[in-house]
Amino acid sequence: MAEIRTLREAIAELVRDGDTVAMEGFTHLIPFAAGHEVIRQRRKNLTLVRMTPDVIYDQLIGAGCAKKLIFSWGGNPGVGSLHRLRDAVEHGWPLPLALQEHGHGDLSNAYVAGASKLPFAVLRAYIGSDLPKHNDKIKFIQCPFTGETLAAVPSIEPDVTIIHAQKADRKGNVLLWGILGVQKEAVLAAKKAIVTVEEIVDDLKAWPNACVLPSWTISAVCCVRGGAFPSYAHSYYERDNRFYQAWDVIARDRETFQSWIKSYILDTKDFDEFRRALRESASQGVK
Amino acid sequence: MTAPKYTTNEIMTIAAARLLKNGAVCFVGIGLPSTAANLARLTHAPDIVLIYESGPIGAKPAVLPLSIGDGNLAETADTVVSTPEIFRYWLQGGRVDVGFLGAAQIDRFANINTTVIGDYKKPGTRLPGAGGAPEIASCAGEVVLVLKQTARAFVSKLDFVTSVGHLNGGDARKRLGLPGRGPVAVVTDLCVMEPDAITRELTVARLHPGISKQQIIDATGWNIQFSPTLGETAPPTSLELETLRDLQRRTKIAHGTLTVG
Repeated sequence: MAEIRTLREAIAELVRDGDTVAMEGFTHLIPFAAGHEVIRQRRKNLTLVRMTPDVIYDQLIGAGCAKKLIFSWGGNPGVGSLHRLRDAVEHGWPLPLALQEHGHGDLSNAYVAGASKLPFAVLRAYIGSDLPKHNDKIKFIQCPFTGETLAAVPSIEPDVTIIHAQKADRKGNVLLWGILGVQKEAVLAAKKAIVTVEEIVDDLKAWPNACVLPSWTISAVCCVRGGAFPSYAHSYYERDNRFYQAWDVIARDRETFQSWIKSYILDTKDFDEFRRALRESASQGVK
Repeated sequence: MTAPKYTTNEIMTIAAARLLKNGAVCFVGIGLPSTAANLARLTHAPDIVLIYESGPIGAKPAVLPLSIGDGNLAETADTVVSTPEIFRYWLQGGRVDVGFLGAAQIDRFANINTTVIGDYKKPGTRLPGAGGAPEIASCAGEVVLVLKQTARAFVSKLDFVTSVGHLNGGDARKRLGLPGRGPVAVVTDLCVMEPDAITRELTVARLHPGISKQQIIDATGWNIQFSPTLGETAPPTSLELETLRDLQRRTKIAHGTLTVG
C-alpha cells in the first residue's frame, strides 16, 4: 500500500546512492519536483533511465547525481541541445557519464518486459544500425518458429520509478490521463515507485479503462501541486515553453548553471519555495 | 499575375506536404515533418491520419506542437495510447504507411545519423540520439525525409548510422528482411531527391524553382546525380502559402514566442 507522505521523506527513504532510477513522463507529467528533491538531497552515482532525458535529467546530470544514463532521445524539446548532458558526455563535466543508448520502440518494450518480469524484450529493429555496435545490451536472436532475425534487449527493472500524475485518493490509488508515455509500465517494472500528484481527493471517479495504478503497486504518494512544472499536467496547467527556452541559456554555461541550481534548488527547502523564488526573480526581471 | 513570393524553408515544407496522400497513415517526427504533415492535412489531405510517438493517433492539432507530447495532440486525437502500444501494435504491427522524419545527417543511400558527429566515444558533437527513428525507418511502409541541404548534412560517409535508409544500396533492405520499403523521397530546401530504381542512390528528381544544379552540387558531400528526367517543383500556390503562414502564426502566438499587438 502506498503511504501518503511528503516528497522529502519519500526521496530520503526510497532513493539511495547508486540506485537505478527511472523518472518517466513523455513531455507530459514530468516529475520535476521529485527530480529537484533528488538533487536537493544530493544523491550520487545514480543510473538514470528515461526515454527522453530532457531538462529534468540535464539538471540531475549537471548537478553530479548520475554516473550512467540509459535513454533513447536526449534533447530540449522544441529548443535544442541539453548542454549539461553534452558537457558530461563530451568533456566529462562534472563527472563522466556512461551512456547506454536505445531507440524509443526498444526502450518502451524493455519497460513492458520489466513490468512482465521477463528477462528481455524482442522487437523488429536495428538491422543495419550502428547502435548495437556501441551498446552490448542490444543483441540479435532468431525466432524459434520462423527463423527471422529479431533484436533483443534486457528488460528495464529500476530500483525506483518516479512519476507525476493528476490525482490520488486517500488510499493512494493513482489516476492519470492524457499522454501516458510509459509511466504505467515504468511503475510496474520497478521494485519501488514514488508518485507525486496534483491533488489528493476523496473519490478518483475513474471511468472504466482509465489508467489507474492501484495503491498496492506504489510505495509512496506525495501531493505536490504543480509538481510537473515546467512540463504540463493535462486538465491542470499548460507547458511553460518560456522556461524551456530560458533553460537553454542557463544550462549553456557551467557557472550560470551552478548558480541556478544553488539558488533555486539547493537553497530552497521544497518545490513550493522553488516556484516562489522563480516567480520573485521573474518579477525582478532576473532569469 | 505574379507568383507569390516564398522562402526556401516554405517551399521545402510545401514540397514535403505534397508527397503525403489523403488518407495515408503517417508516423510524424517533430519539427519540419510535423509542420509539413499538418500542412498536408489542412490542404489536400484532410483525412490523413497523424500518429505521434508519444501516443496520439489521428491528431489534428490546431497549432504545431513544440514538443512531441503537447497536450493539444492528445485533445485532438481519435485516441491516445501508451508509447509501448504505439510502437508494438501500430508501427511494428504494420499499420503505418509513411514514416515522416527529419535527420541531422544523411548519406547517398538515405541512411540517417542523429547520434553523434565524430567518434562515438569521444564525440565532436553529441546529437540527441535515435528517438523512434530506427524502428520507424525499419517498419513504416515507406519513409520520407525532410531536412535542409548543406554539405555538412549530406555527407559521403556518416559518422554513425542511427537509422537505416537503403544501407549500401540495391536490394540490401530486402535481403536483410527489413519490412518497409525505406526512403522514397528526401525533400530539402533546394530540391526533391528520390532513390534510383536499381542502385537506390539518391538522385535529384526535381529542382525547386530558381535553384541551379551547381547550388545542389555545392550543398552535397558526394558526387550527386541528377535524374535524366529532371523536373521542377511547382511553385507554392497562394492557398499552400497562406495555410502554412497562418498555421505558423497561430503556433507562435500559442507558444508565446509572438505577442499579438
